Amino acid sequence: METPLAVEHEARPELRHHFADEEQQRNAASLGMWWFLGTEIMFFGGMFCGYLVYRRMYFAEFAAASRTLDLKIGAFNTVVLLCSSLTVAMAVRSAQLGKRKMQVRMLLLTLVFGLSFIGIKGFEWHKKYVEHHIPTFNHYNVISGDGALTKEPGNAALLGLNDERMKDPVKLQQRQDEIQRRTKIFYSLYFALTGMHAIHMIVGVGIFIVITWMAHKGRFTPEYHTPLEIAGLYWHFVDIVWIYLFPLLYLIDRRGA
Amino acid sequence: MATVAVPVERKNYLNAEYGIRSWLFTTDHKRIALLYLVSITAMFFVGGFFALLIRLELLTPAGDLLLADTYNKMFSMHGQVMVFFFLIPSIPAVLGNFLIPMMIGAKDLAFPRINLLSWYIYIAGAGLYLWCIFSGGVDTGWTFYVPFSSLFSNTHVIEAGLAIFIAGFSSILTGLNFVVTVHRMRAPGMTWGRLPLFVWSHYATSIIMLLGTPVIAITLVLVVLERTLNLGIFDPSRGGDPVLFQHLFWFYSHPAVYIMILPSMAVVSEIIPCFSRKRVFGYTFVAMSSIGIAVIGFLVWAHHMFVAGISLYSALVFSFLTFLVAVPSAIKVFNWTATMYKGSLSFSTPMLYAIGFIGLFTIGGLTGVFLATLGVDVHVHDTYFVIAHFHYVMVGGAVLGFLGGMHFWWPKITGRLYPEGWGRLAAVIVFIGFNLTFFPQFILGYLGMPRRYWDYSHMPEWQGLNVLSTAGASILAVGYLLPMVYMLWSLRYGKIAGDNPWQATGLEWKTPSPPPTFNFDETPIVTEEAYEYEKMPLPEEVSLER
Repeated sequence: METPLAVEHEARPELRHHFADEEQQRNAASLGMWWFLGTEIMFFGGMFCGYLVYRRMYFAEFAAASRTLDLKIGAFNTVVLLCSSLTVAMAVRSAQLGKRKMQVRMLLLTLVFGLSFIGIKGFEWHKKYVEHHIPTFNHYNVISGDGALTKEPGNAALLGLNDERMKDPVKLQQRQDEIQRRTKIFYSLYFALTGMHAIHMIVGVGIFIVITWMAHKGRFTPEYHTPLEIAGLYWHFVDIVWIYLFPLLYLIDRRGA
Repeated sequence: MATVAVPVERKNYLNAEYGIRSWLFTTDHKRIALLYLVSITAMFFVGGFFALLIRLELLTPAGDLLLADTYNKMFSMHGQVMVFFFLIPSIPAVLGNFLIPMMIGAKDLAFPRINLLSWYIYIAGAGLYLWCIFSGGVDTGWTFYVPFSSLFSNTHVIEAGLAIFIAGFSSILTGLNFVVTVHRMRAPGMTWGRLPLFVWSHYATSIIMLLGTPVIAITLVLVVLERTLNLGIFDPSRGGDPVLFQHLFWFYSHPAVYIMILPSMAVVSEIIPCFSRKRVFGYTFVAMSSIGIAVIGFLVWAHHMFVAGISLYSALVFSFLTFLVAVPSAIKVFNWTATMYKGSLSFSTPMLYAIGFIGLFTIGGLTGVFLATLGVDVHVHDTYFVIAHFHYVMVGGAVLGFLGGMHFWWPKITGRLYPEGWGRLAAVIVFIGFNLTFFPQFILGYLGMPRRYWDYSHMPEWQGLNVLSTAGASILAVGYLLPMVYMLWSLRYGKIAGDNPWQATGLEWKTPSPPPTFNFDETPIVTEEAYEYEKMPLPEEVSLER
């Protein structure tokens, strides 16, 4: 049965049947994404909360372990991710101005930046594997070998390994076991946080492949580009999570390092 | 088109399309609500089966029916199935889904496809959980407490945790849909001050779903990682902190209690004015108390941990905040009572459930205040007193609300009336069976019977009360089965309901029963506040009774 409403809707292909007009539809989509990002904050919040508790309990071990993360690569990756957010913003702007070619170009750049970030992160994780810093494996070792914490300048003092009482081999052994255990918590949180972030990046790249395809097909106009806009919101959010992760994980205490 | 149409039969959401595909691929919120209704009812009977075995085991002091390990699995899976797969989705996903768009005058929820997706996610979670049950079950208690769940339990903790993780996303998406729908889809003239209280309560519920559920999701992920990758974040022997797990767990799972009870309050707020023929007393207070419960409900979680080694000062603060959350609940109870005062009451089935709700929820809530008192909590912590308390809230509150709501809106959902006499009988049976089951447990708990014990042969004097409780549980079971039977019967033989059998206010009653696919033939324009019962005529049956 054709209602007058259905006829009216036929001329507006992007308007779904249950909305009165495009503005209501756009507002609903955007509010939905904002609330979804709210749930994401709570999702990461649980881990951040665990991080804060343990960082306060085991500050020295957290700081020492944090120094083994590669600051240069981390900083570079931060820049890569910020650039990707810039290209997303420019893609949205070009959609508003109706510049299709520019739009597609910016979206492709976003994909390149996003994939580079994931690649660089993978490289960093591999480094942690080589250094025996992955907490789940039996060869986990932060006391001796390639991944010894004391290789970083200042760490021995920070961990209290230069103290007078550490001359006693039993005490030293006890302290070293303690450091093994506590840094394991740091690395567990490091992998859980960056892993969860990477999963969000991979989902984001998946979304943006679809968005790029839609842009290529000319689906976005200055009047209608809601999918691009809300996908952009998601991308910026994932970027912001990293902006918090970077100092919390890499920059706990770099003095003297 | 080819069907021979009976000219008088109206097209509605049920007969618009036929066939299994028209249900599995529907985006109609009303059909999705029915999909949920069937699936949560199935899960309810799974959880009920475990409860039955628990009560049978406790009939005699000796641990003779089940093995100790089996008993542990029974109460764990009873709790997890009932909380995560029945109570949390119950009213929101069924009645909320069905009614919210109609109550605010919209054609559908804001994101119909996401609504369908959330049902599929629920089915995936429930399916995984059933698989976990059939492959041997889980014995951690419904709370998954570490380090038992991470280091010692040899049961299917990972499957159970992931099942609940998955089901959590279904409730996040439902909450998201409700919030956006209430903000963006209201009909012209439907201001916030004119929203039915049902919608207000569901709005508050959705906020808890959105902000709480992700936290338990990540907590369960951490437990799963702890088990699979041997991490040690919660393992005290490796520097981890098991109390941190309890904090994270209860940060969701205490507000989850309000996810279960607020929708029941939503239902009661609709039923009471209708069967009192009066405007609800103190609309703004009832609406705001829902928001108050949602906000304060987030600040009370550590009252589950008074004996877990938290500091005295934080225990005092959480004790105080827990007293505080009783205030908005009390406001609601007083306002419902005041609504009934000098109203012209009729004790139809939904009203019986609503009145039962007020009484039982009051007992459940007040015993909650006892438990929030530090000294009392130390005495009755982990006893049957706690079990009785939260069953008064979750069964006496949430399940009675669900049954009341199902009866109230059954004519709207199906277009047919259930048999009123049987309805009242079942409501009375549920009320008696419930009290007989759970009131003795208050006494048992006060006498010191611990929860989760399978054998109490060292205290044979507890048997009498346990026999009462088991007897009550079988009466309660009859009370649950009866509505299922006569409601299914009414689908075919029930009287045709008409658009508004109760002469209730609210937009959902202004559209035909069952409603057309897009709810309204033309978008309604709202010109008055909710609950204008002074202007409504008395329902036919009520006027006949007088």
